[in-house]
This record gives sequence, C-alpha cells and structure tokens, in this order.
Amino acid sequence: MKRWLTTTDHKRIGLLYFWTAFGFFLIGGLEALIIRAQLVRPDGGLGVSAETFNQLFTMHGTTMVFLALMPLSAAFFNFIIPLQIGARDVAFPRLNAFSYWVFLLGGLFLNASFIAGPLFGADRLSVAPDAGWFGYANLTSRQFSPGPNVDFWLLGLQILGIASLAAGFNFVVTILNMRAPGMRMLRLPVFTWMTLVTQFLVITAFPVITVALVLLMFDRFFGTHFFLPSGGGDPILWQHLFWMFGHPEVYILILPAMGIVSEVLPTFSKKPLFGYTVVVYSGVVIAFLGWSVWSHHMFSTGLGPIADSVFAGTTMLIAIPTGVKIFNWIATLWGGQIRFTTSLLFAVGFIAMFIIGGLSGVTHASAPSDLQQTDTYYVVAHIHYVLFGGTILGLFAGIYYWWPKMTGRLLSESLGKVHFWLTLIGMNLAFFPMHFSGLLGMPRRIYTYSADLGVARFNQLSTVGAFLIGIATLIFFWNLLRTRWRPANAPANPWDGATLEWAIPSPPPVYNFTVIPTVTSRLPLWQTERHPPMTPLPDRPPAPIHVPGGSWWPMITAFGLPIIAIGALAHLIPIVLAGAGVVIVGIYRWAYEPFEM
Amino acid sequence: MTHGSTHAHEAHRTSMGVDSRKMAFWAFIGSECLLFGSLIATYLVYKGRSLVGPYPHEILNIPFTSFSTFDLLMSSLAMVLALAAVQRGDMKRGKLWLLITALLGLVFLGGQFWEFSHFVHEGLGLTTNLFGSTFYVLTGTHGAHVTVGVIWLLTLWIQALRGKLGPGNALTVEITGLYWHFVDVVWIVIFTVVYLIQ
Ligand code: HEM
Ligand SMILES: [Cu+2]
Repeated sequence: MKRWLTTTDHKRIGLLYFWTAFGFFLIGGLEALIIRAQLVRPDGGLGVSAETFNQLFTMHGTTMVFLALMPLSAAFFNFIIPLQIGARDVAFPRLNAFSYWVFLLGGLFLNASFIAGPLFGADRLSVAPDAGWFGYANLTSRQFSPGPNVDFWLLGLQILGIASLAAGFNFVVTILNMRAPGMRMLRLPVFTWMTLVTQFLVITAFPVITVALVLLMFDRFFGTHFFLPSGGGDPILWQHLFWMFGHPEVYILILPAMGIVSEVLPTFSKKPLFGYTVVVYSGVVIAFLGWSVWSHHMFSTGLGPIADSVFAGTTMLIAIPTGVKIFNWIATLWGGQIRFTTSLLFAVGFIAMFIIGGLSGVTHASAPSDLQQTDTYYVVAHIHYVLFGGTILGLFAGIYYWWPKMTGRLLSESLGKVHFWLTLIGMNLAFFPMHFSGLLGMPRRIYTYSADLGVARFNQLSTVGAFLIGIATLIFFWNLLRTRWRPANAPANPWDGATLEWAIPSPPPVYNFTVIPTVTSRLPLWQTERHPPMTPLPDRPPAPIHVPGGSWWPMITAFGLPIIAIGALAHLIPIVLAGAGVVIVGIYRWAYEPFEM
Repeated sequence: MTHGSTHAHEAHRTSMGVDSRKMAFWAFIGSECLLFGSLIATYLVYKGRSLVGPYPHEILNIPFTSFSTFDLLMSSLAMVLALAAVQRGDMKRGKLWLLITALLGLVFLGGQFWEFSHFVHEGLGLTTNLFGSTFYVLTGTHGAHVTVGVIWLLTLWIQALRGKLGPGNALTVEITGLYWHFVDVVWIVIFTVVYLIQ
C-alpha cells in the first residue's frame, strides 16, 4: 500500500492512471446510458427531470474528456514513453506522481458534486455541474446558476489543469532530454512523437482555459462582469477563450490515439510505417493549424463574413494533414502480412470510424451548412465518431497491444474480438442515426423531444447501440480483470514489435533496461534493409542500478488543492488558507528532501 | 528546487545537452506567456468599454509606475550580479545581491499595494467597471508572480546564510533568475500596454 502511495515509478503511475481513468470511464458511461434511456422515446423514457438531465450530460462530457480519455492516454505516456526512448524513468518522477494525485483528487472533487447536495441544503443529484462541458457564459452566471454547480466545475477543472500542465512539462523534457544514445528525434517511435506534440499543445492550451476559468471565478465569487452584459462584459469572450483552448484540446485527445495506431499497424502488418516523416510532420502541422480554427465553433454567434470565411478556410485546411495520415496508415497495411489480432482490428476500426467523423467535420467547416447543423444531434454524431470512433478505438488498440507489457499477461483474444465487434456495431448503431435526427432538427442537450419531430425511431436505435457499447465494455472489463488471476504468460515481445519497449521483459523490471541500449535505427528490433536487429540486452544488470525511493510529498502537496477548492466552495477563507498551507509545506519538503535518482 | 540531484541519471547525461530542470523551466515560461497573453488580450478587448468611470486616463499615475518599473529593472540587474557572484563562488556577494534582488521586489510589491489602495480610494474597485476588473486581475496576477519570486529569492538567501547554497547550486540560482527576468519582462509589456498606450 505504502509503496503505491509513495511511488515515483513511471510504470506504477501508469497503472494508477489506467485504473483510475477506467473507473471514471465507467462512471461517464453510466451517465451516457441514463441519458440514452431517457431519450429512448418522445417525452422521456425514464422521467428524468430537465435539471438532472443537464447535470448528466455536463458531467458525461466533462468526465469523458478530462477524466477518462486524457488520463487513459496519460497511462500510456507514463508506462510506454520511457520504455520507447530507452530511459529508466521520466525526467521528474516526483512531479509525475504529483500529476497523478492531482488528477485523482480533481476527478473525485468533480464527482463529489453528485452527492454533495445535502451539504448545501439541496437534494442529492442537484448540485453537479449543469452548464455543458463548455460552460457557456450567461448559463454560468450567478444570476442563472445560483447554486454551487458551476463552482464545482470551474474549481475542478482548474485542479485538473494543474495535473495536465505538470505532466506536460515533464513529458516534453523527458522526450527531448532522456533519449537513449542514438535515439535521434527522427528515430523516435511515432507514439512518442505524437505524445510530444500533444504535450506542447497541453502546455500552450491549458493556460488559456485557466485564464477563462479564473475570470469566471471572479464573476461568480467577487462580482466582476467579465462575461456579463449587465456590466458591459461580453459572453462571447468566454467562447473565444474556451474554444481557443477547446480546439487544441480535441487534438490533445486524438493525437495520442493516432500515435498508438501508428505503432500497431506496422507491427501487425510486418512493415515499417509508410512515410514515417510525413506522418510525424503532419502531426506537427495539425497541432499548428489546430490553433487557428477555434471560431468554427462559433459560426452561429455572427462573427461576420470575413471571419467566417477565414475560419472555414483554416478548418478545411486542417483536413489535409489529417487525410495524409489516413493514406499513410492504409498504405502501411497495403501488401503487409496482416495478423488480425484484436489490437489490429481496433486500429483498422479507428481508421474507418475516424474517416466518417472527419467527413462530418468537413461538412460543418463551411459556415452556411454549419448553421443548419450546429447545436443539433449532427454535431453529437461528429464528436462521437472522432472521439469514440477515433480516440477510444485507438486507446483500445493500445490496451490490447501493451497490456502484456504492462502486466505480463495477455488479454484473451476471443473475448477481445467479441468486444471489438460489439463495440463497432454498437457505436454505429448509437451514433450514425444521430446524423439524421440532427438534420431533422433535433437539438442537443434537451431532455425530451416531441413525437412530431419524426426522430423517435432514430433515437431508439441510438439507445440500443449505446447499450450494446455498455455490454461490450463490461466484457472488456472482465477481460482485464481475469488477467489478474492468471499466471504471467506474456513473453518479452509477444507481437514481434520493433520498438524498444519490446526489448525488455514483460512486465519490465523496476530499472527497465539492464543496460541503456544504443539505438541505430528507427526499428531497433527488426532486421531492416540497412540495419541488423539490436543485440539482446543482458538478462542481469552488469552493475547494480540505483532505483530512487518513493516520496510522500507529491501526494501531500496534491491534497492541498482540493482543500483550497472546498474552502472556496464553502466560502470559508480559513480552509482555503489551510489548503494553501499544505501546498506550501509540501513544496518545501519536496524540494529539500533527499531524493537520489 | 535547490536539491541538486532530481534530474537525469546515467551520470546526468541529457540528450539535448541542457539540464532537464532548466529545460522544464523554459517550457514553463512558454506556458506562462500564454497565461499572460490571454489576460492582456482580455484587457485589450475590454479597453474603452467600461460603462462608468473612473477611466484609465483619470487615474493611472505614469511617473509613479515608471519608478516601480525602474525598480524592477534594477532588481533584474541585481539578479544578474547575484548569479555571476554565485558562479564565481563568491558567496558573500552572492548573498548580498540575492537579498537586494528580493528587497527590490518587495519595493515593487509595496508600490503596487500603495497603487491599489490609492485607486480604491479614488473609487476604482475590482467590480466598479471593466477597466477595474481587467486591471486588477492582470496586474494582480503579475503581483502574485512577483510575490512567489520574492519568497523564492528569500528562501535561497536563507539557504545561503545557513551555508547550504554554494557554487554547486549555481543552476538553481540561474533558474530562479530565469523566472525573475521573465516576470520582469512581463511587467514591461504590461506597463506599455496598460500605462503608456492609453
Ligand atoms: C477533419 C477534421 C475536423 C473538422 C473539419 C472538424 C470541424 C468541426 C466543426 C466545424 C465543429 C463545430 C460544429 C458546431 O458546433 O457547429 C466541430 C465540433 C467538434 N469537433 Fe470537430 N472537426 C474535425 C476533427 C475533430 C477531431 C479529430 C476531434 C476530436 C478528436 C473533434 C472534436 C470535436 C468536438 C468535441 C466538437 C464539439 C464541441 C462541442 O460543441 O461540444 N473534431 N468540429
Ligand atoms: Cu474545433
């Protein structure tokens, strides 16, 4: 127990991230199922009230984005990146532990809002955030949201932002600075590259939402008018700040999955990735362009024809590097000796579903057509094809691929295939009909709809699909759990992968590499035209390897943050100060404790 | 922060030849640029959109703030001298310049405190108008950064007094300096945008 609480081992932290994020994924999924059960027929299938419904979709979106998908990617950053670059750990192991604990506590803080009602003299299920995952201004003002709902949201997201930023600095430095000898930038595995690009987006995008949240906090706590027209403020400024963060954020969500797919496809088609440099550079281009498109979320605010045209143009432009990647993945499969493992199925599923999501994206890149689609279920269809069909399928591909490395145990391929097909069928059943219900005029974020709209059948299908995904996820959960009781059966390189993580045992020893390898090619474990495979590493370290001990201070410091947030929620300055005290003491003890690397 | 061994192992070899802590700090500064950039953008967007006074030209005292700006610039100079002294191993001067840097930072904070209370007295509160809100949040965020910097500098100074900061910790002092200069540069931008270009 103590070993887990104080751990600074990137592999343990990776597993902590994985299980925590998976837990939040199940919670977010449960919320989605309640939403879908409510929408199964006109006028509400479950009798959920409008207030509860608002909380459900807000928490569903917030949970999935910040507590499930980002940290599931982080589980792989943690576990896999140091292995892929040939390092013994990340650059700042204690900062890494800190990120995890802040993430966990921020997530618990947000979700505590579901049961905290009685503390505020309200019912349970009445004080959770309820203004949408993008918290549009005016809905979030004290006037229209007098309760603590939005406070939970803005404080929780600020806490989570600290976790993401800390991890961002850590991984940028780790990837740039901790590479094994010979691991030049253009020899880095694509997953590592996409992680690097993602972390650059994190450290540039999160400060923007932090500012937006701080301004919102001032409006709500101290009576300023940043987003309130009554004092001259402009609610649209919120949208600018939010989407300036929000669009890079969607790339923060997808790039890691693109990286995973770029690892899985070559391994299972026994061919190097087609056009490695193009895939890498298009990832970089996507990140740059990702900063120039935010107003495509705001066409309906009336930006004027010039701005509309510019943002429509940049948005269509971004489809080009995205399309380039898709061609590279297909060309990687082309003519390969393909092994249809579960991981590969998910990777191929990713390509197919992501194409659909990208196409609907291009249809609302054009302002006039977006005006028909925005705020309808059509947008919900788009985001689920890219985030579920894209990010989640990509993450599943990664889990089946790396689980043996992470735990020493192979997942069942037969359960995996059931999981894959049920998920694929379920997601298309759930999300494809949303294109139609949306185009027929069904708005997003409504708790009931009228039979006259003619969308009842589509909604029924969507609900059936959602429950299929639910069943598939339980099967997957079982697949994960059952490996815990099985003997370790995974060889070091079960898939005949080419990258460094496969050069060491599964699961890896604490020190990862008995000796730090010297890298001479992009595919160190494969025989390529010019390079022989790397000579195997010795089984035992030739000299003793010092492994850093754990530390309590990252966790203790992290605890200060939710204490501050609780104080702010309750408007109790002493608690805020106590939390700040914990943070300050924690930082000093952390800085001055002897911690040998 | 001052602990010397939290960075790369394998005999401190790093791929880019830059110390990891320093690189992390540059990344942090990049991130901070966007933080201040967003705040300054907000200030600019709301410029001239206050519904009631006091307005900037009625209240901003350029000569006074020029003095504060000069003070902060001098603190950067002191920081440079502190680092140079520590690198030379001249801990006596190093200590002195660290203390002077911190004190100049405190003078700046005192000036900001005086300015804020004067403005409040003149009728410009945080919620009076958009100018007040954007002004206090922007300059207040900067002031919070200066406060952190002062505490950090004083921590190093105390460490030096106790003989626990020597030339071996030059990198720590260098990183502190990076932070301090950055906060200084941000102030120059704020001074220009808020005070000089009204
Ligand atoms: C070809 C690439 C893409 C294009 C052209 C595109 C375009 C757009 C546009 C124009 C919107 C605004 C629709 C509206 O609200 O009216 C939108 C919404 C959205 N997109 Fe994309 N998109 C693309 C790829 C992606 C990717 C890769 C992701 C994430 C993995 C993503 C996630 C989202 C999300 C979450 C929203 C909805 C935000 C909300 O209102 O809640 N998109 N997209
Ligand atoms: Cu977007």
